Amino acid sequence: MKRAVAFWALTLALGTIGSAYGQGASILVQSTTSTANSGLYDHLLPEFEREEGIRVDVVAVGTGQAIRNARNCDGDVLLVHAKDQEVAFVADGMGVERFDLMYNDFVLVGPVSDPAGISGMADAQEALKRVAEAEKPFASRGDASGTHSAEMALWADAGVNPMAASGAWYRETGSGMGATLNTAVGMEAYALTDRATWVSFANKADFEILVEGDEDLVNQYGVILVNPRRCPSVDAAAGQAFVDWLLSEDGQSVIAEFRVDGQQLFFPNAQD
Amino acid sequence: MLSLRVSLTATALACLIGLPLGALLAVARFRGRNALLVLVNALMGLPPVVVGLLVYLHLSRSGPLGFLGLLYTPTAMIVAQTILITPIVVALSRQVLDDLHAEYAEQFRSLCLGRGQAVFALIWDGRYSLMTVGLAGFGRAVAEVGAVIVVGGNIDHLTRVMTTAIALETSKGDLPLALGLGLILMTLALAVNAMVHGLRVTAVRYAHA
Amino acid sequence: MHEARIGTAMPVAARAPALMPLEVRGLAYEAGGAALVDGIDLTLTAGEITIVLGANGAGKSLLLRLLHGLIPASRGEMLWNGSPLDRMVRARQAMVFQKPVLLRRSVAANIDFVLAARGGRDAARRDALLHEVGLSDHAGQPARLLSGGEQQRLALARALATRPEVLFLDEPTASLDPASIVKIEQMVAAAHGVGTKIVFVTQDLGQARRLAGDVVFLSRGRVAEHSPAEEFFAEPASEAARDYISGRIVI
Repeated sequence: MKRAVAFWALTLALGTIGSAYGQGASILVQSTTSTANSGLYDHLLPEFEREEGIRVDVVAVGTGQAIRNARNCDGDVLLVHAKDQEVAFVADGMGVERFDLMYNDFVLVGPVSDPAGISGMADAQEALKRVAEAEKPFASRGDASGTHSAEMALWADAGVNPMAASGAWYRETGSGMGATLNTAVGMEAYALTDRATWVSFANKADFEILVEGDEDLVNQYGVILVNPRRCPSVDAAAGQAFVDWLLSEDGQSVIAEFRVDGQQLFFPNAQD
Repeated sequence: MLSLRVSLTATALACLIGLPLGALLAVARFRGRNALLVLVNALMGLPPVVVGLLVYLHLSRSGPLGFLGLLYTPTAMIVAQTILITPIVVALSRQVLDDLHAEYAEQFRSLCLGRGQAVFALIWDGRYSLMTVGLAGFGRAVAEVGAVIVVGGNIDHLTRVMTTAIALETSKGDLPLALGLGLILMTLALAVNAMVHGLRVTAVRYAHA
Repeated sequence: MHEARIGTAMPVAARAPALMPLEVRGLAYEAGGAALVDGIDLTLTAGEITIVLGANGAGKSLLLRLLHGLIPASRGEMLWNGSPLDRMVRARQAMVFQKPVLLRRSVAANIDFVLAARGGRDAARRDALLHEVGLSDHAGQPARLLSGGEQQRLALARALATRPEVLFLDEPTASLDPASIVKIEQMVAAAHGVGTKIVFVTQDLGQARRLAGDVVFLSRGRVAEHSPAEEFFAEPASEAARDYISGRIVI
């Protein structure tokens, strides 16, 4: 603990100095939070920076906000997980082209006591339906993020309109995945989360994964170069280099190597 | 450390802007002064996120000042915090200097001092009380997360400050680390306050309060 | 020797027309619907020390503030040798208040501040002023830690620093010890000696007798009497003044 704090303090101090002397090309990635919070970037970016000599800065926000920021030209590369919104982004001319990058999956987590009795169910929609029928607390991101979009799609497929119970058993935190998980743990609520964030989440208390493995729970990440024609501030060469590297065998294998607690969190699928 | 650099710079700027304004408000009498005082007092309660958004909208590449390329830099964070705490400096220094001015007003008028002379005399004579005003501004700046996370982006090694790091660790669920960082931040704030207090005590002893 | 340096009017002022005489006609000041002073007719000439007497609440301090332009009159006319009381006229006046208002700075800095505000630091002049009021040894001390008498002497030195042609004093020696009172009276007399017009409010009849050339006696916000000092103390014309001098309570 102590050492971790000291390390942090040192990192911050050195980071300040380092950035002041930093030079060469750098790009800004507007990213979803799961890739940052799980530690993927800490594993991935040093490799890329060493190979290409390009520094990568990451702004980690919800997918919805990341896309909005990119629409304002505040970033060179977009790395998020909400395919419909990504396709629209490219269709609007804001992005050059969208590529599948990697995937993992969403999981339904909840307290071990499992008041709605959904543990071990294979069908995520049925599980959600049961939560709704039992009117047991469910914590939603409620923030137009990738995970939130996926959750809303699941509810729709399940034929449940959770918004009708907003404030009752359906509780929208309007915040990031981590904050929502903290809230869920605090009020013994179910929640949908991406696996990467969950595995690296440290405040699990007595929560565990209750439903997983449904095809509907696949979580696809995409990467897009922001269109330099629309945004002259974009460093197209450096940004393209980053996208190319992520999609290359090198980048894909570095993603596959990333482990938390011995568990692989992201599965590269650029070549599929 | 970035937190200190950003917040101390913002505090210095806010004092540079806010103290003369506060002193001017203490000295001047004009129509609408009371309305202005209410406004400034209300601005003390500016939500950091709102300030962050306003600064973001201006500094964004698609915003009017986007060409400066300042978004996601420490400079942007300094700008946001300066905007956030300048009203605090203005309102509190006005309050402090109002009392001083009540005492000095007749003497200043007798001496035929100009408004500028009066303003600077008030600031100089009130400097020890105004240190507390600066500390109040600094305290707000160094503790806020809403504005810097929006305009700074919480970019590792670039714009990550103590508060945004704490927010990040909290969202990772690493509450002990978040708390530890919080302790460091409080220690830093304590150190700054202790330094200013020491400075003030020493200065008052040797100078002419 | 030093008196001459302190009191000498500024060369600029010397070229400008003199401030005196002062003509006041129908001067009034109202607050909250009540006239606190009213119908003040007064002519003050250069030369004599004018002492303003009157019971508490008679309007002495108020009259001084009106004459010095610290507060605006509600009615009436005031002409300083034909000139209205503008900033230029006020700048050639100075005032010492009953409770000295000293800056939170050193003794020397209090003088420096005034000299600087009037266009020029002058260490030699500051030192001469401090020497004159007997505060040379205290030059570096915080002004607010001086004794009451020392503070008032500093306030007087500061007022004289601008070489005023008119000096208003509002009960400057109230509650001071005898030594300080003597010192201040000496300085006032010295300033008068080099041509500064003195307008001095006091409650101290002994002091009034020592200093007065002429006496303005106020009663209930009006000038009850204005006469040469010998006449006033020998044979007050107004009943109010007779009561005041004889120590009878005036309501």
